[in-house]
Amino acid sequence: MTAPHADEATTGGVDAYTAAQTAQDAAVGHRSRDFKVWRGTDGVGEFRSYTTETDDGMVVLDAIHQIQAAQANDLAVRWNCKAGKCGSCSAEINGKPKLMCMTRLDELPAGEPVTVEPMRAFPHVRDLVTDVSWNFRVKPRIQKFTPRPPDDPDGTWRIQQRDVDRVQEFRKCIECFLCQDVCHVLRDHHMHEQFVGPRFLVYAAALEMHPLDIADRTTELKEEFGIGYCNITKCCTTVCPEHITITDNAIIPLKERVVDKHYDPLRALVRLVRGKRKD
Amino acid sequence: MPDYQTVDHDVLIIGAGGAGLRAAIEAAATGLSVGVVCKSLLGKAHTVMAEGGVAAAMANVDDRDSWRVHFADTMRGGQYVNNWRMAQLHAQEAPARVRELEAWGALFDRTPDGRILQRNFGGHRYPRLAHVGDRTGLEMIRTLQDHGIHQGMDVHMECTVLALLRDGERIAGAFAYDRERGRFRIFRAKAVVMATGGIGRAYNITSNSWEYTGDGQALAYLAGADLQDMEFVQFHPTGMIWPPSVRGILVTEGVRGEGGVLRNRDGKRFMFDNIPDNYKQQTADNEEEGWRYVQGDKDARRPPELLTRDHVARMIVREVKEGRGSPHGGVYLDISWIKERIPNASEHIRKKLPSMYHQFMQLAGIDITREAMEIGPTTHYVMGGIRVNGDTQMTNVPGLFACGECAAGLHGANRLGGNSLSDLLVFGKRAGEFAAAYARTQSPVSINADEVDESARRALAPFERGTSADGPYQVQESLQTTMQNHVGIVRVAHEMERALGELEVLTQRAERVGVPGNREYNPGWHTALDLRHLLIVSEAITRSALERRESRGGHFRDDFPDKDPAFGTFNHVVRRGPDGAMQLVREEIPPRPAELDAIIKEMQS
Repeated sequence: MTAPHADEATTGGVDAYTAAQTAQDAAVGHRSRDFKVWRGTDGVGEFRSYTTETDDGMVVLDAIHQIQAAQANDLAVRWNCKAGKCGSCSAEINGKPKLMCMTRLDELPAGEPVTVEPMRAFPHVRDLVTDVSWNFRVKPRIQKFTPRPPDDPDGTWRIQQRDVDRVQEFRKCIECFLCQDVCHVLRDHHMHEQFVGPRFLVYAAALEMHPLDIADRTTELKEEFGIGYCNITKCCTTVCPEHITITDNAIIPLKERVVDKHYDPLRALVRLVRGKRKD
Repeated sequence: MPDYQTVDHDVLIIGAGGAGLRAAIEAAATGLSVGVVCKSLLGKAHTVMAEGGVAAAMANVDDRDSWRVHFADTMRGGQYVNNWRMAQLHAQEAPARVRELEAWGALFDRTPDGRILQRNFGGHRYPRLAHVGDRTGLEMIRTLQDHGIHQGMDVHMECTVLALLRDGERIAGAFAYDRERGRFRIFRAKAVVMATGGIGRAYNITSNSWEYTGDGQALAYLAGADLQDMEFVQFHPTGMIWPPSVRGILVTEGVRGEGGVLRNRDGKRFMFDNIPDNYKQQTADNEEEGWRYVQGDKDARRPPELLTRDHVARMIVREVKEGRGSPHGGVYLDISWIKERIPNASEHIRKKLPSMYHQFMQLAGIDITREAMEIGPTTHYVMGGIRVNGDTQMTNVPGLFACGECAAGLHGANRLGGNSLSDLLVFGKRAGEFAAAYARTQSPVSINADEVDESARRALAPFERGTSADGPYQVQESLQTTMQNHVGIVRVAHEMERALGELEVLTQRAERVGVPGNREYNPGWHTALDLRHLLIVSEAITRSALERRESRGGHFRDDFPDKDPAFGTFNHVVRRGPDGAMQLVREEIPPRPAELDAIIKEMQS
């Protein structure tokens, strides 16, 4: 290929783009801001105060990183993508469950310290990190994806876009577990043994409404996963960073399926005669 | 040797992104004991960030596509220093790997007749990327994760490997610590698969998260494996640049695939100004034809915005340098303009690019359906990595395998968008399959206690130095600045020589880094331990780049701006010499079989 010629790129020092980006750092507005970050181990700890310089457009995670780099190297925090796609940096910011990477400082009240604390529905590990492993133990209990036989001889399926679109909402879930954090059945009543929580009801809904799936999870939803414990307060929907309408679109339709299967004597009879049907 | 917890597996997979999970699924299917170790929680690896799609010549949208065209595109994109065997296997096997994902529950966008839809992407001659909106990576990693957890593999989350262990010449496992409590752990295994991803944290401006510190490359190197093509780092042309805190976050190439255009400050589509000769025949020379292409007109040629990433990134740097950049030092990427062409453009953009819409709205306050994005290059991917056998993915260390981004070969000097997701599926499967087959032939391995003790001692040293010493974050930032400034998008000999000097100083600083606190979930300590790996890969990149006195793919030399055919016949390989110093050698690329040569020639015409 014709490479750009030497005069088209910078000679010596950094390239033009890197230099331009460095120059931007000097141009942004700085102001100092106070933070109260919960520090401690295994649930024992306290809020500690930090002050750090903040720039235009900064998110809470940036501030936490700055504090970590300069003032508290051992400040424990989980994060990965910093773009709202991986769901690692869940915390409670000013008391509200949020992703730290998607919460801009300029959307929080300016005159008061920003409080950052770990999710409260899970066992505490250190600082902002909690033990979310329970979620990873719940998932394998849900019957896995079970497709109908392929439609075409080459082993592929024909699926309409509208059927893909229908379950997209549930498949957007980034497993940040904020819905689990805010769910009072888990947070206040600690019913982790009896109830799988909103995340896994969304997961079950994604499977149940998957255009190819032919398994039936309604009995487990009722008996093992405790869908009846959800009393539709919609707290999970409110905090979902992916804006999944968890209660209305996932949980309520699943509840209806459970009711259809278990409490409608006529349909139960029909089912007995015609075999399992999936709608 | 203190009594560390020891875990036994036949096959140990290090890394739980797409490549690691795909390898684990394959190895577990053979009935062997398979362990997966990952630095983060399951499902958080960088695969989740992949947006545009997975490249596979299924020919669902354009029936002229075939593995042969995909092979030729990959070789052209990689400037012919690719491992041609890997490029062949990749093109041939990718369609089956994508269909397999569907059988495991992945849902891709569809064609009108209900098959998997494929979209346009840079360097791919035909629409080839299976996708679901712009969150293909999430769909893939979740599918692999949800399928994998039912396959009988043990996942060791938030566990970082400090060293690979050997039993004589062959691999014997790994020594690691759990991040949560800081306890050491020995993994004894007959075969080890590296699937640790990239090296992006060696640079300031990067799309990569904290995890991508070159662990796989550095651990393999220290265990005696060869690294190849390390000079080839991909700077993705479109990262966010404003506000500063989001700088580097990826903006999917899918924006351009859907009709997004690049403009400079003056509103000019500058990509038409410089179309490389080897792409001239297949690139539109006017805006009208480019638009027809993204609309699916099979007679039209693709717009120059869809040229390969290395070229687009350099053109952006040129615009900025010549004073035609945007206010924040990048250029404009505009998808909103399609409202001039199609009705309901706003709705269309939100449907095809939902996470981009969300990302810009939330982080930059920009509505991409109404205004242009400001973007610039960001360190995204390393084409180079651990040198492997193209068929089996085994390294020169018996029992040590590598796949995905941490392995080298498939992409040559520049990776085509969409080829990384197919890479990790095709070669993840192969690595898992051959690692399992290898493990079956092996007698039990034994652990070398001295290796373990040395590794433990080294890992705990930062605590003994106390906090008065140089901090880990400061050393890491200095390293990133060195690499960004001196071994970045535009390279020149004296700058890279300076970088080598600085890396030497940084290596000394890293040896003195102290951290506060204790071993329980201590990111300062973790960062200190990652420094060693970052330094090794940075040195490998710099030495390889210095020796490549030409410009090719992702490697651009200001002092050697042209491609030199003499450099197209070999790969750079670095390995650890007997004295511990890094050695660099040239390894000839084996001659291509006549059949593959014929495909390349045919596609060039």
